[in-house]
Amino acid sequence: MSELIFVGMGLHDENDISLRGLEEVKKADFAFAELYTSFMKELRIGKLEKLARKKIKMVSRRMLEEENGEEILAAAQKGKTIFLVPGDPLVATTHVDLRINAEKIGVKTRIIHGASIITAAIGLSGLQNYKFGRSVTIPFTHNLHVSETPYAILKTNRKAGLHTLCFLDIKAEEKRYMTIKEALGILLEIEEKRRESIILGNTLVVGIARAGSKNPVVKSGMFHKVLNYDFGAPPQTLIFPGKLHFMEAEALTKLADAPESIKQLIR
Amino acid sequence: MPRFKQTAEILQLMAKKENIRDIGIIAHIDHGKTTMTDSLLTEAGLLSPKIAGQARALDYLEEEQKRGITIKTANISLLHEENNISYLINLIDTPGHVDFTGKVTRALRAIDGAVVVVDAVEEVMVQTETVTRQALNERVKPVLFINKVDRLIKELKLGPDEIQAKLARIIRDFNNLIALYGEDEQKNNWKVDPTKGTVAFGSALHRWGFTMDIAKEKNIKFKEIIEAYKNEKVEELVKKLPLHNAILTMAVRHLPNPIEAQKYRIPKVWKGDIDSEPGKAMLNVDPKGPTVMCITLAQMDPHAGLVATGRLFSGTVKEGEQVYLVGAKRNYRVQQVSMYMGAFRDPVNQIDAGNIAALLGLDQARAGETLVSLNHKSSMVPFERIKYVSEPVITIAIEPKHPRDLPRLIDVMNRLAIEDPNLVTSINKETGEYLLSGMGELHLEIAVKFLRDYAGGDLEIITSKPLVVYRESIMSSGIVAMAKSPNKHSKFWLQVEPLEENIIQLIEKGDLAEEMGRKRMGTVLKEAGWPTDEARNVWALEEHRNILLDLTKGVQYLREVRDMLIAGFRWACQNGPLCEEPIRGLKVKIMDASLHEDPVHRGPAQIMPAARRGILGSFLSSKPVILEPVYKIGVSVPAQWVGEVSGLITRKRGRIVASEQKGPLTMITGFIPVAETFGLSAEMRSSTSGHAFWQTSFDHWEKAPENVAAEVIRSVRERRGLSSEIPNISRFIDEA
Ligand SMILES: Nc1nc2c(ncn2[C@@H]2O[C@H](COP(=O)(O)OP(=O)(O)OP(=O)(O)O)[C@@H](O)[C@H]2O)c(=O)[nH]1
Ligand SMILES: [Mg+2]
Repeated sequence: MSELIFVGMGLHDENDISLRGLEEVKKADFAFAELYTSFMKELRIGKLEKLARKKIKMVSRRMLEEENGEEILAAAQKGKTIFLVPGDPLVATTHVDLRINAEKIGVKTRIIHGASIITAAIGLSGLQNYKFGRSVTIPFTHNLHVSETPYAILKTNRKAGLHTLCFLDIKAEEKRYMTIKEALGILLEIEEKRRESIILGNTLVVGIARAGSKNPVVKSGMFHKVLNYDFGAPPQTLIFPGKLHFMEAEALTKLADAPESIKQLIR
Repeated sequence: MPRFKQTAEILQLMAKKENIRDIGIIAHIDHGKTTMTDSLLTEAGLLSPKIAGQARALDYLEEEQKRGITIKTANISLLHEENNISYLINLIDTPGHVDFTGKVTRALRAIDGAVVVVDAVEEVMVQTETVTRQALNERVKPVLFINKVDRLIKELKLGPDEIQAKLARIIRDFNNLIALYGEDEQKNNWKVDPTKGTVAFGSALHRWGFTMDIAKEKNIKFKEIIEAYKNEKVEELVKKLPLHNAILTMAVRHLPNPIEAQKYRIPKVWKGDIDSEPGKAMLNVDPKGPTVMCITLAQMDPHAGLVATGRLFSGTVKEGEQVYLVGAKRNYRVQQVSMYMGAFRDPVNQIDAGNIAALLGLDQARAGETLVSLNHKSSMVPFERIKYVSEPVITIAIEPKHPRDLPRLIDVMNRLAIEDPNLVTSINKETGEYLLSGMGELHLEIAVKFLRDYAGGDLEIITSKPLVVYRESIMSSGIVAMAKSPNKHSKFWLQVEPLEENIIQLIEKGDLAEEMGRKRMGTVLKEAGWPTDEARNVWALEEHRNILLDLTKGVQYLREVRDMLIAGFRWACQNGPLCEEPIRGLKVKIMDASLHEDPVHRGPAQIMPAARRGILGSFLSSKPVILEPVYKIGVSVPAQWVGEVSGLITRKRGRIVASEQKGPLTMITGFIPVAETFGLSAEMRSSTSGHAFWQTSFDHWEKAPENVAAEVIRSVRERRGLSSEIPNISRFIDEA
């Protein structure tokens, strides 16, 4: 049966895949996985292969993008094919192109969901999903080029009183994962250039590390506090709260170490 | 006069700007530059005892001594005393071989005056013309030294009248060069005139020389010189008319000091605001102003690291000073300041404006770089680019004999690329292709020699036959090509057109350059006939004469991907689709774009390939062609062989443009494709029984005939390990 199923692997290790997802992998003719769009700290593909009793082929960005995922599509035309991805499929990646191309050549597609950093980070912070504005990734500086989009989005959200979820760039091929410290440094650099008072010493920040693991860290505080806080190993994520609901403020102080003074931010 | 000075005195000398002369010795090959400079070294006052008494102290490389030609430039500082005033002469000896003209070009940036040496027997030659033209272009004032006069007397046995006629012809020809290439001001004031003392005559080999001033002062007639040779009294002649005195007197009296020179040179070589702080300081050679230096030479010292030499136009550069390199965008601390003494460097604590300095500790400094005090970092406009008359059109492939030596080879290739900006090294680890491209066969031969020496002498290198470098270009406008990023979430619409010939000319002359900034480029392009919206929106100017324009309107985030698009454009221009040779003469227009919302999904890995593909796609739809390099060839040959030489050149797809009688010799000038010149030496020799002297230098690019182009594409693709077919346009463009 020709079919392509996108299966989310969740956040942390091989145990984050859903039972439904695991069952489908077991039944598959072909299984592929990519690990370059997010960092799953404790995931060992070998262990997942054992759990699913299936050989899983790793695919690179190059195979997926430059070669248009041809190998996966070819497999999917021959039989039941699984494409395993970190997090929840097709949310913060560009794989939708693969899904569209599959449908174009008559391959049916489905998604089996996994936990996503988007909901995990929001949940861990105690902030309310309803009050987030656009999210954005903070990219690594490339040849001295700094993207100012994160700053611009922060500004827009702030104006509307909305929270901003910031993903931090990863370069899986080079095993580089941006830390909260680096991300804040980049934002500070943009602030120094643009001087629109978006990032100040007393800007409230929530830093989240290793969401989905047994020991996630959630630490909230003023910019400089968080900048100097040791979050430990990656992956890490950032939230810039906007106006706070009283329950949000309480959650931040009780669950994320925020100082009492943030109560001023309650609308 | 004491021959050597102590550091304290040197510093005093450097501070007296009126008494400084920064000069160079330039000429056609073998006309006697180094021999003349040598005589200055042995006779004049030196700033350092280290090199006193050394023969050929400036041709100190083993390779130079062996071949008897100069390969690099060499700096030296001399003392000269006249009317009880001590003058500091910073002097640069340059190579005359056409393959090394790039080094002359760079040296000219550092100096204000030049002694042009002309061999009295050979007279004004092709390379005399090239170096004089370049000097005028940098507003470097020339004086003339007619050398080897001994040969007129001893070998040619000419009488006084014949000698005078010959000398007069040289002076006339030289002044014609100034009339031809000079600006109005130079035409009026810079022509040389023996009665004014701006021409010296002499023999560098025998170390005598004089100007008319000196002859008058010493009351000597030309006849007496001829007599001296007849009566074997040359030694007395040397005592009466020492060469160093003639040359240095001429330099001190007729070449400008930095204060005079920088007034008119700065507006030419630096396009910043003259009323700004660095502008004013440079005009006044102000030692208290900001430190501003133009680097003209970068050399790797195995012990000290990179040595950056250049002209200090303002300020005082000191050890420990914080400086900024405008091109490299890097801050540095100067580790050491020194002056050059031939092969040696002498450390001093500081050097003043108007002098030539060598600095340690600036590992990213390259020739042409602008150095400025750290506190002027943000506002400093860089110096005008150094413009070369020649291009690297010959390539060899090299590889180490033992694969384990590959890292060493790459290491020394990188070093050579730093030191010689006219040598293009290309390292392709994927295909294992290591290329050296240069001005000519000698340039590459020497480069390979240097690679071996730099590696310690035991690196065995295998070299290929020399190959010609080509360019890819187009004859018509292409389609508007749409290309998507690899993740398919960003799209660009791009179109290419042939870049107008007049614009290419502007770039070659340096009247259009990236560092002018968008606004000034816009003004120049509008004047050249471009519509306003195109003229104002130039994003980049690539070295092979390609321009990128942004014609989009209101595309969100376009500014954020600008640098990546430019990088993709440069990448496309480096390797064309026909056979991966560089593209030349392309105008790329960004017509429209649509970008992903999130910055990581429109990073360089996405945008660069998209830009490149779109450009190459449109390129393939616009009548692509191969351009081949063409040399100008000058042959001087006795009349009876003129027919043979013309025949040979025409047979090699060349053409003759002029032929001029000069005494018993005929000077033939023509053009010949570089590809046809390998092995030309042997053929020229056999068809003229060795009586032809000839020289080639790069002149221009020309569309190769179709059969030649097809063969070029085939063989270059094969050499690079590419598929035999030119890729189909569908590989570069996407649908909807
Ligand atoms: N007879 C005679 N020979 C000279 C004179 N000056 C130089 N030569 C000879 O000309 C040859 C070239 O001299 P160089 O001083 O090396 O010439 P150059 O201009 O420095 O040469 P490149 O730097 O290679 O361009 C040498 O063999 C010199 O001995 C001269 O005044 N008379
Ligand atoms: Mg020489």
